[in-house]
Amino acid sequence: MAGPVIEALGLSKRFGAKTAVAELSLEVRAGEVFGFLGPNGAGKTTSLKMLLGLIEPTAGAGRVLGAPLGDRRARARIGFLPEHFRFQEWLTGRELLWFHGRLFGLGGVRLAARIDELLARVDLLDAAHRRLREYSKGMLQRIGLAQALLAGPALVFLDEPTSGLDPLGRLMVRDIIGELRRDGVAVFLNSHLLGEVEATCDRVVFLKEGRTVHELALAGSAAAALTVELRLGPHDGGLLEGLQRFGRDAVEAEGWVQVTVEGEESLPALVRWLIARGVDLYELRARRKSLETWFLEVMGEDQRPG
Amino acid sequence: MRGFLTVVHLTLHEALRRRVLLAALVCGMAFLLLDGLGLRAVVRDLQQNPGMPLLQRRMLLSMFVLAGLFAVNFLSVMTAVLLPVDTLSGEIASGVMQTLASKPVRRGEILLGKWAAYVVLVGGYLLLLAGGVLVEARLLARVTPPHLLSGLSLMTLEGLLIVTLVIAGGTRLGTVTTGVVVLGLHGLAFIGNWVEQIGTLAGNDAARSIGTVASLVMPSEAMWQLAASRMQPPLMRELHVSPFSPASVPSPAMVAWAAGYAVVVLLIALRLFRRRPL
Repeated sequence: MAGPVIEALGLSKRFGAKTAVAELSLEVRAGEVFGFLGPNGAGKTTSLKMLLGLIEPTAGAGRVLGAPLGDRRARARIGFLPEHFRFQEWLTGRELLWFHGRLFGLGGVRLAARIDELLARVDLLDAAHRRLREYSKGMLQRIGLAQALLAGPALVFLDEPTSGLDPLGRLMVRDIIGELRRDGVAVFLNSHLLGEVEATCDRVVFLKEGRTVHELALAGSAAAALTVELRLGPHDGGLLEGLQRFGRDAVEAEGWVQVTVEGEESLPALVRWLIARGVDLYELRARRKSLETWFLEVMGEDQRPG
Repeated sequence: MRGFLTVVHLTLHEALRRRVLLAALVCGMAFLLLDGLGLRAVVRDLQQNPGMPLLQRRMLLSMFVLAGLFAVNFLSVMTAVLLPVDTLSGEIASGVMQTLASKPVRRGEILLGKWAAYVVLVGGYLLLLAGGVLVEARLLARVTPPHLLSGLSLMTLEGLLIVTLVIAGGTRLGTVTTGVVVLGLHGLAFIGNWVEQIGTLAGNDAARSIGTVASLVMPSEAMWQLAASRMQPPLMRELHVSPFSPASVPSPAMVAWAAGYAVVVLLIALRLFRRRPL
């Protein structure tokens, strides 16, 4: 579709006196992997449930796949993996997918083929005949992911999809998200695992106490910025001022000069400039700000537990 | 409709896999065995006493059959409460419902699918046990109660009413609370009926009115009273010679009230579930 797959405009949810989500506004485009970040209790799952039509917003409006929130026909093109995926444990993996496929309106040979394809994709073909009560946490998460993909969705909501998975399982989820992106499917990802988010998302929004406080394009300039640390020989007082032409926030402390540059393409010019100025360069460290650092900066010290 | 049928199928599948229905069936079969052995002993005893008048003999056997149907009614009420009691509240609490309700099905289809499946299960259970009691009565004592169709229909309506209340409770209340509330309401109706019977025999209008109000609040027990009244010989009913011959028989209007009650409760349940945050 041409327009955004998710549009939220001022969505709010209050439970009694408590505001769970306040004026959430965001857009997600087709083929985009969108990360939704925030500490526990920030309102991530409540926001996701409002977008899915599982709870009604107290205020605001939204559209998903061009339809109002909760629209039944739009839900036919939405996949959803809830946090702590649960289903009737007396079903086998194959039966679970069959019932969910029926709820999606699929049936017959097409559904059977799709189930086989997905069981193979999440590496559960051998366990398809076993009851869910015999599945490990990671296997439940994988069968849950398969049910989310049954209908060939245009939009997938994943709430903590890698929770309980071992490194190989996480890699598999990352690959599946990559395949979805290539197929033009939008992925809305709720996760605490910032490394996973960093590896998979195109853009993230930070949610704090029910409010969106920051948005960051992971492929954009802000995320690409580097902090450069230099250990230099003797230099004059004009050095810091001169470094500002390559970046910003140039400071000197404890024998190190630090400056933030827009990207690694600035580094060769910076080094040449230092040498031309006759300043000895003993060591250069360049590091990109991790999503974890962004998270801590955006959330502030008050969000640290304890 | 597709969503409704899938939920019916899923619910029936679940009930057949879970031990609670199996336990109910085992208890039911044990009861039928006991009932058959008891009836056989009574019939043998009567055969050894040919001096007993035929009318008295028939009334004794009819009372035995009604006692069996009373036990079936009790087991069906318990099954109607315990079998579906966690189907909504349990799935809402565990998060299973989020996965179902995010599919392209109406919430009404989910609720009606579960309701229909449990009505079928409880109705089937009731008819299986009642059928067992009636077959035993026919084979061992050559007794068939009158008005079986209307009597069994009334008992089924009682089961339907209780399933409906349990499903409605599950849209808002927890599993245990729902069970306590519905069993409490049925207990209220049961005691209210006894107050009404005693009030009628004693000519106490206040006690009789209290019983009527209890039946209006919860018409389940009134359905059994009406069914028991229909399924016994007229003379036995008129003479009030058994605990199953009510002094005050609920009016046919009570059937309409019970049916309307179930419909209204179901509509309220649909409305509550549609707006329930999941």
